Amino acid sequence: MTVDTLRLTAEETNGLLTRKEASSDEIYRAYLEAIDARDEELHAFLHVCDDDPGEGIPIAVKDVIGTRGIPTTAGSKILESYVPVYDATVIERCRARGLRVIGKTNTDEFAMGSSTENSSFGPSRNPWDPSRVPGGSGGGSAAAVSGGLAPWALGSDTGGSIKQPAALCGHVGLRPTYGTVSRFGVVAFASSLDQVGPVAKSVRDCAFLYSVIAGRDENDSTTVDVPAVELPRNHDLKGLRIGVPTEMNDDAPGIEPGVRDAVRKAIELAESLGASVDECSLPLSVEYGVACYYLVAPAEASANLARYDGVRFGLREDGADFREMVMKTRDVGFGDEPKRRIMIGTYALSSGYYDAYYGTAQRVRTAIKREHDALFERFDVLVSPTSPTVAFPLGAKIDDPVAMYMNDVLTIPSCMAGLPGLNVPCGLSEGLPVGLQLIGPQFGENTLFRAGHALERALGFDVVPERLR
Amino acid sequence: MARITRDEVLHVARLARLELSDDEVSKFQEQLSDILEAVSKVAELDLADVPPTAHPLAIENAWADDVPRPCLPLDEVFANAPDRDGDYFRTPPA
Repeated sequence: MTVDTLRLTAEETNGLLTRKEASSDEIYRAYLEAIDARDEELHAFLHVCDDDPGEGIPIAVKDVIGTRGIPTTAGSKILESYVPVYDATVIERCRARGLRVIGKTNTDEFAMGSSTENSSFGPSRNPWDPSRVPGGSGGGSAAAVSGGLAPWALGSDTGGSIKQPAALCGHVGLRPTYGTVSRFGVVAFASSLDQVGPVAKSVRDCAFLYSVIAGRDENDSTTVDVPAVELPRNHDLKGLRIGVPTEMNDDAPGIEPGVRDAVRKAIELAESLGASVDECSLPLSVEYGVACYYLVAPAEASANLARYDGVRFGLREDGADFREMVMKTRDVGFGDEPKRRIMIGTYALSSGYYDAYYGTAQRVRTAIKREHDALFERFDVLVSPTSPTVAFPLGAKIDDPVAMYMNDVLTIPSCMAGLPGLNVPCGLSEGLPVGLQLIGPQFGENTLFRAGHALERALGFDVVPERLR
Repeated sequence: MARITRDEVLHVARLARLELSDDEVSKFQEQLSDILEAVSKVAELDLADVPPTAHPLAIENAWADDVPRPCLPLDEVFANAPDRDGDYFRTPPA
């Protein structure tokens, strides 16, 4: 029995198992062989597991998620030798369903980036065109799923790190509502924004994996009870009210014409499936979202990354005294992007600047949330491109941090408001995938799954990269 | 918007316990200035009447039952420690 690793969804892979057409070990080995064959080029994985217990299908895990006995580096030299002694709650929940970890996927260092070029261990490549980035920070999980190296994966999303790579690699990814998925055992970046979520080939896979990991966890006091997940089966969108924020569509900053056209067609298709479509506006969120995010997230990061001091775990560099040891450890251990964000965050929180920067950003955050809340009085779902551009070439933006930050202009606002967002691939521009972003109200995941599933079915987008077919 | 000075970069790096080489200070002075200029945009808005948001959900007082639970065995706690002295983490002198 050959396992078509490139094409099979997790649901189909699991079907091989339940029909006893392939054993769990045979399926696991098939993905290991796919990794052997294709990961030298893609560099999706930082660590591949030769084996992992369980009776189910494999899953790839972003390397910010702690896995007992399996190295967890967060893409950073400072954690290069770190091997967790406990599983993150999301891993426990996957294991309870028999899922087997096949490896840890590449990420920008501490999930800070939009291309994986900030990984201390080298970038991943886009399976559609290896000269281009897979997006970030979860580019490793994206390349693994798109390149057929794992049937699905776990990612994490702070300002777009699940949605944007899914858009650039042409597959499905969900950033869940803040508080629905436990962060216990996950390397912290910005605690009021970080969410773990599913990365998959289909909306149904995404919904199923979300149902496995979501729910209250006594080890994460920000988690809440979550509405029961409904696996979508619908073919139409009757009654669905779709809002199209003009600032995130036709007028989106830096939007490429091919991206705009593919998303327009998807919106027309939604209308033909029975949805009502109306224009709306998020002026403040789009204009100020990126600035707000790049104050709030670095401020939180500067506090979270204070723990890397060479004392309890991770890298230690020698120093004559304690202070010198800490400063040398952090200089050698952190790459440029964490250093930049730690310094921006420290500056924004420092005496004399706190109110002007961090305090103001928190008020902008309220304004962004209110702007979204008002739209969800009238709409069930908001749609836009996930990324204003298709995948860009490696190196194109790496020396210009501000240009790199603008990749996230369409994913950030809903993250600031704690809202769920789903990426569904909706077409090609210049031979590269375009992603449609569906944003729902808090706890509106089931609506996103319904909308995404019907659209995915009607669009008929082939998630296997053209050059690998 | 004023650019950030070399001394400010060094001050912030010191607060954050980051040792920077001379080249890094120059590079970050440039890049941090660009970033601060971009994020200073938030000051354009008049939000005096808008309360701050620290957390996107309205959760208050997430209580847990106060019952003892076993913690990790010490050997596991120290498994990733760079240096250990019995039941202590060992570091250079303060």
